[in-house]
Amino acid sequence: MTNNVIEVRHVKKSFGDIQALNDVSLCVERGEVFGLIGHNGAGKSTLFKSMLGLIQPDAGDILINGTPLHGEAFRQVRRRIGYLPENIVFYDNLTGLETLWFFADLKGVPKSECLAVLKTVGLDHAARRRVRGYSKGMRQRLGFAQALLGKPDILFLDEPTTGLDPVGIREFYGIISILKKQGATIILTSHILAEIQERVDRLALMSTGRVQAVGTVHLLRENLGLPMQIQIVPHPEILPPVLATMEANGFSHTIQSDEGITVICPRDQKIPLFAALAPYLSEMIDIRITEPSLEDVFHGYSIPKPTTHTRENP
Amino acid sequence: MAIGIDISQIGVIASKEFWDRIRNRWVVAIAIVFAVFALLIAYFGSAQQGTVGFKGIEVTIASLVSLVIYLVPLIALILGYDAIVGERERGSLDLLLSMPITRLELLLGKFFGLSAALSFSTLAGFGLAGVLIAPQIDLNSLYNYAGFVISAILMGMAFLSMGVMVSVLASDRTRASGAAIALWFFYVLVYDLLLLGALVVSGGQIGGDFFPYLLLLNPADIFRILNIFSMAEVKNLYGLATVFPETLSDPKLLGEIMVCWIIAPLGIAAWRIE
Repeated sequence: MTNNVIEVRHVKKSFGDIQALNDVSLCVERGEVFGLIGHNGAGKSTLFKSMLGLIQPDAGDILINGTPLHGEAFRQVRRRIGYLPENIVFYDNLTGLETLWFFADLKGVPKSECLAVLKTVGLDHAARRRVRGYSKGMRQRLGFAQALLGKPDILFLDEPTTGLDPVGIREFYGIISILKKQGATIILTSHILAEIQERVDRLALMSTGRVQAVGTVHLLRENLGLPMQIQIVPHPEILPPVLATMEANGFSHTIQSDEGITVICPRDQKIPLFAALAPYLSEMIDIRITEPSLEDVFHGYSIPKPTTHTRENP
Repeated sequence: MAIGIDISQIGVIASKEFWDRIRNRWVVAIAIVFAVFALLIAYFGSAQQGTVGFKGIEVTIASLVSLVIYLVPLIALILGYDAIVGERERGSLDLLLSMPITRLELLLGKFFGLSAALSFSTLAGFGLAGVLIAPQIDLNSLYNYAGFVISAILMGMAFLSMGVMVSVLASDRTRASGAAIALWFFYVLVYDLLLLGALVVSGGQIGGDFFPYLLLLNPADIFRILNIFSMAEVKNLYGLATVFPETLSDPKLLGEIMVCWIIAPLGIAAWRIE
């Protein structure tokens, strides 16, 4: 049996002249936290809605737990899914608890579960207040709560941390890691790349309706061959020989400051550089290595033909 | 591939719609409006003739029909036009449809929930008035009054069905409200004038024979026929007995046509929402 919870195969969807999804294929494995990254209009919301069966693709198949979202299977699959849409809207006249009761009824979940779910997202104190008076962050928590109803196997979270303060964001990812441990599969989108990169197992980078790359953050960086930033802080007396050694190894473009020597280093030059600097390592105050951020990776894949970075002075 | 209908999902949506209207006092407000109008017409309807007081159920029903024929379609269309397009425009439709519910179930839930609210208001409002009038009328008149209330409920459902259809077809709320008002204008104000105009212009030559049947294409007219022709006294009062075919005086047949008027727009909505 396949371990893929979600399989998207050659899905196409266009709205008028706009090709929102152009031959998209990807798989999400059971129990992983999967990130979907892309600019506005990249097609991630369309892909999300297609996976949920809210949009019918023009071509291609989408399987959830090995089943297409057609016929009676649709209802069984839907009961096992939690969805938090972007910009969630509730019925202002209902209280938080009544809102959850309504969705619990639709999902076939006992109403008695609702208060506990509100407690999980830290909203139990406002359970009996009308949603009209909720802040943006509280609405987002309530949205997360309805997605958690019935302990779903798969969670679709579209920009889940919008409107949350830093404490709320930390709490949110705390819940995500607990759900992951319990075996749930989580697919989320975010525009804050720095926030998502530490918290997802794998990523799909989308632009112009295509999946440009899929993999772990590490793998995506490796494949793109983006250089890293290395900062060397030597004792002042060894500064001249260190600079000379670096120049001899092709690192003439160095930036010197109080912080030390900063250099942009291609991946394949990292080990040769440290090998050359080996005699001075004991005299170093500090060495810092900064990997390219997800933003850098993303921009690398967003341009049509990614070019591999090479040294400026070979 | 077809998916079976889950009655319980329809029930969840319907009960939310109904209780929303109870909670925001919509039902109570409409019921009070109906009750007050019914009592005013019953006791002061003849004030123009210089007398006040209850003049009999037939005259009361005839006056109530004239009022209800304007009011109920308007209320029903206003209630219905927002049902689907409102959810879509507010952005709550996607979340609803991500639940284990089909679009058809959502549509039917909305319709039945709103129907329940409208029917409950109608029944409560005219029912209360009926209870107050009851001691002064005989059983047969009470039967006529009950017929009036039931036909008002059916007419409400027919126009609600049209409103819900508009709500599915319209791209935004503004257009939906415009279309709902246009439907009211057409069926309640313009339709009869058009028929009359065609009859007068053609000197009675065109459509003379099937003219009465054209009235069946308008649920408001069916409501009028149902109530006017069930009472001999009113029938003579209107002088309509001579022009009207006997077959169309059958309340059962008229009721069935009214039910068709409830099902047809809802059917179009069901087809389009998928």
